[in-house]
Amino acid sequence: MAIDLRTVSITPLRQTFGHLARRMGADKPASRYIEATMDLQPVENYHYRPTWEPQYDIFDTTRTAIKMKDWYALKDPRQYYYGAWTLARGRMQEVAEGDFDLVDELGLAAAYPAEGKAQALKTFLPLRHVAWASNLNKAYVSSYGYGIAISQATCYASMDQLGVAQYVTRLGIAFDDLDALATAKKDWLEGAEWQELRRYVEDLMVEKDWFEVLVAQDFALEGLLYPLIYERYNEKLNAAYSPVFSMLTRFQREWFGETTKWLDAVIKATGADNADNKAKLAEWIKKWRDRAVVALKPVAALAFGAEADAIMAELVQNLNARAAKAGIAL
Amino acid sequence: MSNAFIAFQKNDESRCIVEAILEDNPGAMVDDQPSMVKIDVPNRLVIKRETVEEKMGRSFDLQELQLHLITISGNLDETDDEFTLSWNS
Amino acid sequence: MDMKVAKKLGLKERYSLMTRDLAWDTTYQPMDKVFPQTTYEGIKIHDWDKWEDPFRLTMDAYWKYQSEKERKLYAILDGFNQNNGHLSVTDARYINVLKLFLGSTPPLELMAARGFSMMGRQMNGAGPRVACQMQAVDEYRHFQTQIHSISNYNKYYNGMDEFAHQQSRMWYLSDGKSFFDDAITAGPFEFMVAIGFAFEYVLTNILFVPFISGAAYNGDMAAMTVGFSAQSDEARHMTLGLECIKFMLEQDPDNLPIVQRWIDKWTWRGTRKLASVGMMMDYMLPKRIMSFKEAWEMYVEENGGALFKDLARYGITIPKCFSQTIEEKEHVSHQSWIGFYMKPQATPFHTWIPTPDEMDWLSEKYPNTFDKYYRPVLEFFDAQEKAGNRFDNKTAPMNCQVCVSTMKFNEPGDPMEMCFRESIYKGEKFHTCSDHCKEIFDNEPEKYSQTFISSHQVLQGNCEPDGTDVNAPDFKPGQNMLDYWKLDKRALGDFNGSEDQKNFAAWREQATKN
Repeated sequence: MAIDLRTVSITPLRQTFGHLARRMGADKPASRYIEATMDLQPVENYHYRPTWEPQYDIFDTTRTAIKMKDWYALKDPRQYYYGAWTLARGRMQEVAEGDFDLVDELGLAAAYPAEGKAQALKTFLPLRHVAWASNLNKAYVSSYGYGIAISQATCYASMDQLGVAQYVTRLGIAFDDLDALATAKKDWLEGAEWQELRRYVEDLMVEKDWFEVLVAQDFALEGLLYPLIYERYNEKLNAAYSPVFSMLTRFQREWFGETTKWLDAVIKATGADNADNKAKLAEWIKKWRDRAVVALKPVAALAFGAEADAIMAELVQNLNARAAKAGIAL
Repeated sequence: MSNAFIAFQKNDESRCIVEAILEDNPGAMVDDQPSMVKIDVPNRLVIKRETVEEKMGRSFDLQELQLHLITISGNLDETDDEFTLSWNS
Repeated sequence: MDMKVAKKLGLKERYSLMTRDLAWDTTYQPMDKVFPQTTYEGIKIHDWDKWEDPFRLTMDAYWKYQSEKERKLYAILDGFNQNNGHLSVTDARYINVLKLFLGSTPPLELMAARGFSMMGRQMNGAGPRVACQMQAVDEYRHFQTQIHSISNYNKYYNGMDEFAHQQSRMWYLSDGKSFFDDAITAGPFEFMVAIGFAFEYVLTNILFVPFISGAAYNGDMAAMTVGFSAQSDEARHMTLGLECIKFMLEQDPDNLPIVQRWIDKWTWRGTRKLASVGMMMDYMLPKRIMSFKEAWEMYVEENGGALFKDLARYGITIPKCFSQTIEEKEHVSHQSWIGFYMKPQATPFHTWIPTPDEMDWLSEKYPNTFDKYYRPVLEFFDAQEKAGNRFDNKTAPMNCQVCVSTMKFNEPGDPMEMCFRESIYKGEKFHTCSDHCKEIFDNEPEKYSQTFISSHQVLQGNCEPDGTDVNAPDFKPGQNMLDYWKLDKRALGDFNGSEDQKNFAAWREQATKN
């Protein structure tokens, strides 16, 4: 006997899980993001203390100076659970793939003026190592952060940065085969222009407060680096040569625009929780912003020569404005 | 001698992959289970890109196996042309 | 103009450029401060570059394939839910499998996600680090898709609504929690053996493949889709675990005894964890594909056997517990089901006595043990239940200090005798369920003396609902366990007569009439 189950209209016993109904204050359907995120990390009755850091519990709120009444206030306005994130990145990679294919088919990279190529590679290619460091530092935040809201968003961001490092690498190969990568790595390790930046990301690799790492890496450094390279420098290369550089860095530009919304929401919610957080965030932003300016100035000089200082000053203004908009007075 | 094995969800693409495995691995044994198919081969199981392409009638990237895999057994070696599972015993 | 043609790169070379070539040895901060965790366990690594990458997915390929999988998966879930797919499962008893699964599995996948993130931060080598990160993000996928697939069932059936609250409180979920807590609090290499190797390579097949096939066989398209889709990631995870073992063994001969001890320990811990999978296969699936014993033979004895034979070239021997697990495969599923049946007031899923047909199936599948040891017990309980005298064990269970299972397993070679072991540490006595758990305890008593045993904690007033005054003169520990667990009374006890049973029947009835 065939049964047509679609015709059955039944009243559910409940609309959602108990922990979500309590959080939402009502038994109503929850989004897939909410179901995949809220109140899922264990908070009690741990069996053992970590042998690697016995002073802490497995998940421990005291791993940062930030205090939150509710760690799930750090939610993601993009509502990225794994499925939503990977679908968004799937679309972005499809576009990027199309761009790389087109550039390859039409020989656009080979036809790119040699001078432009040399300039672009010198300023741009060592950034594959910066993205790699970003991947590692975000992995730290994701590992030791408290609550699934922050751990999952930073896990996705960490993988995004691995993707960025790989897209930068591909641009290098497209422009100048493998030699370019070796030269860029040498510059990264030894070139005077890159040492302050390398020191910056290496220092973050030993910073213990995960929230400070988030502020320093994502807000301060990337908040200056991405506009510098993927907006300003991109515009300069486009105007001087052709939009090929722009095509091959589209992923990063789109990523930064989108990720900024998430990060600013996290900063805002953290500051809104209490005055101490606000003060702490302001202190960290100032400290790491100033260091990031020092780290990026030589790179800006490579990209813009004499105009570098003015451009950096403008970018710092924009970053300060972002902080102010998130409720953090510097 | 131990068996290397691989299991796939049953669908049209994996049907082609299974055909290719049977052709390239004499001694392969097929085990049909609800919604899945498992193939055992003594010691070494190889999936060749060319054979799969022939069965599918289109170009095939071996990394597309990711879409249909359920489980594997054996040491894995993956190149552009071959996906191999083997035991050293 | 320079017109050299870009060299066509092979998969391995290209992947290497896209991962380990990005890495460098830090100089502004010392490497051992950047990666402080990889030496204290005693594992010696001389050359991280010798790491062989298992699957070589760059992020673009990862996003391409994973997004295709997710698109399919959620399309099927939506269709299943829109069509009241929950009414198409074989019979409502099946849904209890999902209750057990939701309580026990997504919380562990979550711990795997967090644990592999830690590995993806702590491993010095760029190759393993990237592989661990990719597994971490996959594990987010797994616990989320599992929750999403069961979310719709929760709207119609009891016992699933408080899984998040219960994950750290329910007595019977404590074994899984201790398994992952144990792994994540160990050093990074032991974690890789525990989860990457023992769990993913040796045991995950038996957890997932029969579950998925069983779900498909019982008409649950949602769980089947999620399960299959997750398994396609597991293949990558298994190769990572195996690669990690080989890497350690190839790096230094001194690593062998350490790795062997971990393999022995975690194969046993995993085996204990799987007793409840056995009862799911043998007792809870209305339509069965194969017995737990058969699955054990196929996926653990044969496949695990092949693996250990392969590793013999490094000096690895078959785990000491292997022969005991082979003996136990004919017992554990029955012991577990009977154990749960005896506690009708303490689980958010229903139990029942198998039908006569089902008992006959069990006799056929377990010719050496079922009729001799377990059928008489089940038939006795059945008669008692029908006479209005349903067995109800209200006492707190005694648990093993290591695996946290309730004491219910038999003495090796003697199915009529319960097995108990004990150790003394700092003047205190600790109980374990087996020789293997005792050995694990004796190797690291400092760690295992910490285990959170809820039947002990209850008596200390540590398992009370929020707001309970444990110093009140009339306080009696353990009086409020249902509140502490947030356990819905409708979810307790027998399937026969339950609200689930009635609703399912009524809703199915509606579908066949006007």
